[in-house]
Amino acid sequence: MIAFNQVHKRYPGGYQALKNVSFEIAKGEMVFLTGHSGAGKSTLLKLIAAIERPNLGSVLVNHQNVGVLKSRALPFLRRNLGIIFQDHKLLFDRNAFDNVLLPLQICGFDYRESHKRVRAALDKVGLLKREKSNPIALSGGEQQRLCIARAIVNRPSILLADEPTGNLDAEYAQEIMAIFKSFHQVGATLLISTHDESVLQNTDVRVLALKQGELQTTAGATGHSAGSRQI
Amino acid sequence: MRHSLAQSIGVLRRMFASPLAGSLNILVIGIALSLPAGMYVLLQNAEGMVAQLSGTAQISLFMAMDANADDADKLRKQLEKHPAISRVEFVARAQALEQLKRSTGLADVIGGLNQNPLPDAFIVYPKPSAVPTLEALRNELEKLPKVEQAQLDSAWAYKLEALLKFGRMVVLILASLLSLALIAITFNTIRLQILTQRDEIEVAKLIGATNGFIRRPFLYFGATQGLLGGAMAWLIITISLLLLNYQLSGLSQLYASQFVLHMLSPGDSLTLLLFSMYLGWLGAWLSVARHLSEIEPRMFPSRSRS
Repeated sequence: MIAFNQVHKRYPGGYQALKNVSFEIAKGEMVFLTGHSGAGKSTLLKLIAAIERPNLGSVLVNHQNVGVLKSRALPFLRRNLGIIFQDHKLLFDRNAFDNVLLPLQICGFDYRESHKRVRAALDKVGLLKREKSNPIALSGGEQQRLCIARAIVNRPSILLADEPTGNLDAEYAQEIMAIFKSFHQVGATLLISTHDESVLQNTDVRVLALKQGELQTTAGATGHSAGSRQI
Repeated sequence: MRHSLAQSIGVLRRMFASPLAGSLNILVIGIALSLPAGMYVLLQNAEGMVAQLSGTAQISLFMAMDANADDADKLRKQLEKHPAISRVEFVARAQALEQLKRSTGLADVIGGLNQNPLPDAFIVYPKPSAVPTLEALRNELEKLPKVEQAQLDSAWAYKLEALLKFGRMVVLILASLLSLALIAITFNTIRLQILTQRDEIEVAKLIGATNGFIRRPFLYFGATQGLLGGAMAWLIITISLLLLNYQLSGLSQLYASQFVLHMLSPGDSLTLLLFSMYLGWLGAWLSVARHLSEIEPRMFPSRSRS
């Protein structure tokens, strides 16, 4: 589903964010991406969403080399991705419902179908009762869940989450993780970056650990990853 | 399609959310457009007037001195058959001399002449037409047998034509400049809109919006603003003409003539609205093309990329 092949990324200032990164994530896999801030987690996610392009190597998403995609094709790549941002990127000029509606408007869904889907997504993250609220009136955890609803409403095959629990206390973080696990169970491919090692306890998912732009030998993962590596 | 329309309407509603700024823009556009369009209407009226006046143009046809009554009769028949001539009036040489004596007070001097120096003449009233056509008619008449000279009293018509040409040029220059101003106004308005909706554009790009999707509401906005500005211009012109006509009606009574300024014709009104709408759209398009590419999505707004 996602494959990095000897990917290097250097920013214009000269900062080497990723060095020779190679890995594969199979369809339906749930993978954690760990590392201190500055280790290159965000860069790696940006490369998948084609927000940045690699200097060397290839990034394949759904067998498509996204590093060489024409900018005209980018929107259609991104419609297959659900991205959950650390800073939520919610729009405060409209209510929760309309925030979740936006991806469906972009894809041109018809009115009735899109409203049904928005309600389903909000229900999934437990915010159905808050659909009329402005995001600014929601708590940090609720905002994060709203962001998740917006990411999944389009039913993308791949979910990318950038520090989804970064600013949340442990209880909220557990809630969010539970939501992710439920998506994993229905077959979505998830890549979740976190610097918070505590969420990895009691899980048997695969972990990609980045350190100063280099991928450490896959640590922390149990035998689960070996089985799910077949593509 | 219906959905994107709903989306665009939503965006438009947000864009027009500040009614004061929006209506000020529309007022500025309206005033800018009403200047050339108003002058155009006045020119149209002037042209109508000139056409009316040149309908009363006449050509004086002087016959040769040796022409006799038979020649005059033949010529008269010929002139009356001519398709471009509506009426012909014969002035016999004796009659002309009488007139001259009476009107100029030179009776003594003229009485001293031993023969009448004036030829037989026709006054030809052509059918109403433009000055060049009249000129051609004059040349044609002069070539007729036994005609010494044909005179078109057209100097004033030429002057008026030249004046109108000058006026048309002024309108054209004014219209071009103010059209540019309209484009600039829209360009700037859209630039500000894009800046205030930066977050939305960025998020939309991140979740797969095409440039067309992002561009559309701004183009709608520009076109709508242009259209409303055009409507404002139409309103300004119509009200001004009504006020002028009110003043003119008093004047007309004094001069015992019917003189009314004509309003913008439906065709011209439509042209005005469509043109201003197009200019608004164009300004928006230029602005969007210029500014939208500057907004590239970032995952972390706080961290600089370089």
